Amino acid sequence: MNCEKVSNSLISYLDGRASAEERSGVEEHLKSCAACRERADEFRRLWDVMAEVPAVEPSFAFDARLRQRIAATVRPKLWTWLVPSPRLAAAVVALVGLSIFVSMQPNKPVVVGNSAPNSEEQFRMIKDLGVLENYDVLSNFDALSDLPGVQATPEQPEQQKPDEPGSGNGES
Amino acid sequence: MARSDVQLMLDVKAGDELSFELLLKKYRTPLVNFLYRMVKDQAAAEDLAQEVFLRVYRARKEYSPSAKFTTWLFRIATNLALNAIRDGRYRQMQISIDAPRDEDEPVIEIAAQETRADDRLIERERNEMIRGAILALPEKQRVAVILHKYEEMDYGQIGRILGCSESALKSLLFRAYETLRVQLALLVARPAAQPAGEGKQS
Repeated sequence: MNCEKVSNSLISYLDGRASAEERSGVEEHLKSCAACRERADEFRRLWDVMAEVPAVEPSFAFDARLRQRIAATVRPKLWTWLVPSPRLAAAVVALVGLSIFVSMQPNKPVVVGNSAPNSEEQFRMIKDLGVLENYDVLSNFDALSDLPGVQATPEQPEQQKPDEPGSGNGES
Repeated sequence: MARSDVQLMLDVKAGDELSFELLLKKYRTPLVNFLYRMVKDQAAAEDLAQEVFLRVYRARKEYSPSAKFTTWLFRIATNLALNAIRDGRYRQMQISIDAPRDEDEPVIEIAAQETRADDRLIERERNEMIRGAILALPEKQRVAVILHKYEEMDYGQIGRILGCSESALKSLLFRAYETLRVQLALLVARPAAQPAGEGKQS
């Protein structure tokens, strides 16, 4: 082995990972080459010097910070998928609750229950108003009977004149 | 029976969060140290190490054991660290072997005068010099040296992480250690020729 070839095997020779063939080749060369021998010694000392640099310990908060980062980057995907659901569920619940509340409302107030028949009666009265007015006209018809029989019939509309709006209702 | 890293990762893939915790516990310190030697600053190293674990966790569903778990883990860490350095995120934390050394020299001289009075200062300066020299290596050489010297990985694994052949890696390592030997000559020189570091050489 020459110096150049040794350089490729020197590191593995020094760290003990060289093959038997490599090792014997390097050892043979080092016996005869002072420069390579010196370099090999310095490499050994260099590794000792490098070993002086102490290792560091991760800070106390390392794991907590990592979990925080995982939660911030991984869970948001779940959150974005899940977050609308509670909102939607809340909205649906609110809507259902509101509809139940509203549907229960008519049974509660007595006023509304009583007002319905009243308005029905009023509606019937209005509907029958024309009949009632006609009834008034017919009931006053006796007064007309005093008039001469010939005149009675043409005058009948004149009698009705003041009651025209009422009669309109009655006709309709 | 202890499960292998690959088995643990497969369990993580299957949804076992506890296996992820075990992997975290096992590799948190080596990763932080690897990255600390890459970017110099511990806070930055921890930030990157967390990013590595985060990526592992995110990729759990797609994990397939095609390589050793540590190869995969340190490849992620290497890529992240190199990208961060190239982006300039941690540039301010890097030490140039030339410029800071000039600034450090008077400190070292002072420390040399007060060797017995302040051993801790010397030790700190030595550590800074060593770390600075490693940080000043070209990226690939730096990764190779850290994985070889500090993580004690075999050549095949380092080669897979760096994407180079075993012989290319040996050549890379030789050049890297040769550079360090020259840059750290003050510390590497024989004890007799180095009064300042006399007590430190083993």
